[in-house]
Amino acid sequence: MFYREAGQFKTSYKKDQAILPIFQDKIAMVAMLLFCFIVIPLFANDYWLASILVPFLALSLAALGLNVLTGYAGQISLGTAAFMAVGAFASFNLQVRIPEIPFLVAFLWGGLCAAGVGILFGLPSLRIKGFYLAVATLAAQFFIEWLFTHFDWFTNYSTSGVITAPPMTLLGFAIDNPLSKYFLVLSIVVICAFFVRNLARSEIGRAWMAVRDMDIAAEAIGINLMKTKLLAFGVSSFLCGLAGALWAYVVLGTVEPQAFDIARSFEILFMVVIGGLGSVSGAFLGAGFMILLPILLNNLGSLITGGTISTETIAHIEYMVFGAFIIFFLIVEPNGLARLWQIGKEKLRLWPFPY
Amino acid sequence: MSLKNQNLISKSEVIMNIKNINLSFGGLKALSGVSLQIKKGEILAIIGPNGAGKSSMLNVISGIYVPQEGVVEWKGKRRNKIAPHDIARMGIARTFQNIALFKGMSALENILTGRNILMKRNLFMEMLYMGLGRRQEEEHRKKAEEIIDFLEIQSIRKTPVARLPYGMQKRVELGRALALEPELLLLDEPMAGMNVEEKEDMCRFVLDVNEQFGTTIVLIEHDMGVVMDISDRVVVLDYGIKIADGTPDKVRSEKKVIDAYLGVG
Ligand SMILES: Nc1ncnc2c1ncn2[C@@H]1O[C@H](COP(=O)(O)OP(=O)(O)OP(=O)(O)O)[C@@H](O)[C@H]1O
Ligand SMILES: [Mg+2]
Repeated sequence: MFYREAGQFKTSYKKDQAILPIFQDKIAMVAMLLFCFIVIPLFANDYWLASILVPFLALSLAALGLNVLTGYAGQISLGTAAFMAVGAFASFNLQVRIPEIPFLVAFLWGGLCAAGVGILFGLPSLRIKGFYLAVATLAAQFFIEWLFTHFDWFTNYSTSGVITAPPMTLLGFAIDNPLSKYFLVLSIVVICAFFVRNLARSEIGRAWMAVRDMDIAAEAIGINLMKTKLLAFGVSSFLCGLAGALWAYVVLGTVEPQAFDIARSFEILFMVVIGGLGSVSGAFLGAGFMILLPILLNNLGSLITGGTISTETIAHIEYMVFGAFIIFFLIVEPNGLARLWQIGKEKLRLWPFPY
Repeated sequence: MSLKNQNLISKSEVIMNIKNINLSFGGLKALSGVSLQIKKGEILAIIGPNGAGKSSMLNVISGIYVPQEGVVEWKGKRRNKIAPHDIARMGIARTFQNIALFKGMSALENILTGRNILMKRNLFMEMLYMGLGRRQEEEHRKKAEEIIDFLEIQSIRKTPVARLPYGMQKRVELGRALALEPELLLLDEPMAGMNVEEKEDMCRFVLDVNEQFGTTIVLIEHDMGVVMDISDRVVVLDYGIKIADGTPDKVRSEKKVIDAYLGVG
């Protein structure tokens, strides 16, 4: 944002506690929301809405979910896509069994089921950490994918093994075109981001970060590690489940369990690493980066070489660029793009004076 | 010469009674038959050479280590095996020999986290930042600011603790322990690695906490000057055995202590 924060001193703790203590940040947030809710719908075409923005938002939500678990609570997970799958299949199944259920209720149910499964697979975190926990969550990934592939009940005995999302209507409006889908996903994602931001700066968020940063000290000041970790698994998986439901209903329409494979889990993990662990904006920056970079590379590739370069080569370059970025962020800036942004802002705040 | 006001109230009420603790790791005996009473309102120093078992003793008191033998009584009641996170609720707080701050948080957030157990957990209200969720954040922020003023760290409250110098980190860690308003405060080498000025500040804070809030303090310290100045009573450990227990002046003149500790240093 193009302003500096100098000269704003809080006169009460209440004001300092506000979600966005700096006045310009509030303006920027409002401007951002206006841009997303008004400007984009006015100017974006269907291709951008359906193929880029809606998937971007849905994956941002999944990244936000993983960020709660990994970024805030410090518990690593490779089962993100599995929890998304639970959300998608649970929403679908509820609506198939009880067609009268509104789709939003089904989404909520999907999130809750994912939360339950997440808590279950989070139980090993009470005993193991780091690498071993990552392996344990990998078990969730493979088990759930296998479950949905091999038990026809979950796909309602569809012969092709795929599920087709029922049509969505909200207050009499059919949500069937790119614009209405965009509004739906945007609203859900904005609300969730707001909730996560609030949690992060409250008692629960501090408990998560305490467990992440120094678990013995957290225990010594009375934080119950078990409850705190399982709550993180629950909230995180809820968001991932919701993202999975959106992915199935809004982005894909028809889904096979392989849409939620291990590659998806890694993709979301990379978003969180690149965007920034432990920050809400990081989830969006990471998702934006992961989705826009391939498009950029593609266009750049054909622009420079005049179309002589094969799409295959571009795909390879893409992998290499991602790899380089991930290594860069892991080594140089573990807090990702969000942190780089913040550093830039801090430097500007008092610029040109160093102190 | 003692910095401490000679309180007229005799400090005699025992709040923690530790009897006959045996603690070993594999074949290594860290504590052998140590008994110790902690009296309400006192500043008790535990001293001894490296590896004497001082930190182990603190870990037994704070429930992190469970001794193979021995009894710990808290306010007259026998304390059986207890989850480490329940110790804080009993009114016992501590700092660590190697700073154990929450590195990703600011000084203020570290201190606020110390007050977490005094808050109510309510997922929905915290998510919405409404009602209780908001009220308690604002209330506890006020209390945290009192601690910040007390420790004179106003200027660094928003700084991520990882960026603070060592002495300041130690101070923030003290603040985090104070935040939960403990009755018994355990400090594992609060002044280690500090320069003279920082040590003086820390001594002042320890004495002030003791006097203003009536907090009982058990501290481990290597600097004999500091120990003599601020403690009411000194316990000396050597190879896991308690070899002396009494006023600083008395302990200092005991031959066993001079041999084991003072003579060496
Ligand atoms: N968790 C543990 N596992 C194994 N051995 C331990 C453990 N904790 C302490 N010990 C051993 O117990 C003995 C006493 O250690 P302790 O840390 O209590 O000493 P200390 O008096 O605090 O020493 P220092 O002044 O170096 O801090 C040492 O020999 C130490 O190696
Ligand atoms: Mg020690």
